[in-house]
Amino acid sequence: MRWGVVTFPGSNDDRDMLRVADRILGDDAVSLWHKDEHLHGVDCVVLPGGFSYGDYLRCGAIARFAPIMSAVARHAAAGGLVLGICNGFQILCEAGLLPGALVRNRGRRFVCDVITARVETSDTPFTYGCRRGELLELPIKHGEGCYVADETTVAALEANEQVVFRYADRAGRSVPEANPNGSLANIAGVCNPARNVLGLMPHPEHATDRLAGGEDGLKLFRSVQAWLGKREPASRREPTVVPGP
Amino acid sequence: MGGQATGLTARVTVTPKRGILDPQGKAVQQSLHVLGFPEVAEVRVGKYVELRLRDVDRAAASARVQAMCEQLLANGVIEDFHVEIVEGGL
Repeated sequence: MRWGVVTFPGSNDDRDMLRVADRILGDDAVSLWHKDEHLHGVDCVVLPGGFSYGDYLRCGAIARFAPIMSAVARHAAAGGLVLGICNGFQILCEAGLLPGALVRNRGRRFVCDVITARVETSDTPFTYGCRRGELLELPIKHGEGCYVADETTVAALEANEQVVFRYADRAGRSVPEANPNGSLANIAGVCNPARNVLGLMPHPEHATDRLAGGEDGLKLFRSVQAWLGKREPASRREPTVVPGP
Repeated sequence: MGGQATGLTARVTVTPKRGILDPQGKAVQQSLHVLGFPEVAEVRVGKYVELRLRDVDRAAASARVQAMCEQLLANGVIEDFHVEIVEGGL
């Protein structure tokens, strides 16, 4: 399959994600520039972590207006896969592609840690290969990861099973002590109603190698591969050229 | 400031919505208590944005800045905003 990774000014996890797609997953990895107006035929576009546009005004507030975001919105509307990690999650919320917002951590500090994320639903392309209730060990590193939304939105998220990941302890309980940033209902990741757009604060791309702290993150990427493979068996189209910059 | 005071200035205040966690405000409140200001019951820390406007009249300016707030300057999910239009430059 073909992964596209967007680089905004200030992105810093874009290279890691490209490396995962290329070297670890063995897929096509396309580097996309924020000024691009096309996604060059990628199956899944990833908005990576970092500090796009210096986090000016609000995290993700400026990136939302980058030319490539129109293409990302069209891709999402057409059912294409979009994955926002950390700053990418913030951008998707600012762009209105995901509900809610991410604000300063309750503890006021930047947190850099390994957390346990509980898979709340396997009914998304990104968790297709996971079990509901499965626990993934993933790194986090953010200052603004506290997920908030109004009551109506949260009720809808819960009713539609759009909460994809929750912070949990090692026993799998989503207790307050396992919440690293004050997120509402321990929410670590949500999807849109159509389930093709996912945003999460933990970094699956940093958990893809046993030598570097674990490979639970691979489960998300392998899920996407499996989900796409099931949807369009065998008839893989030829790549349509165009590497990024 | 000198120079000619031309056009209008929009003063935009953005504050965290009621009910949205404001850890920054809480930290400031605690510090004020430590400094001997126990009367401070709550602190909300927001943003102040000044915009110098040209070629626009007062009524239109108000509507335009309102739109700017809705589209960029504030995030309606987490923030409230207040716009004040005054005569003159910054």
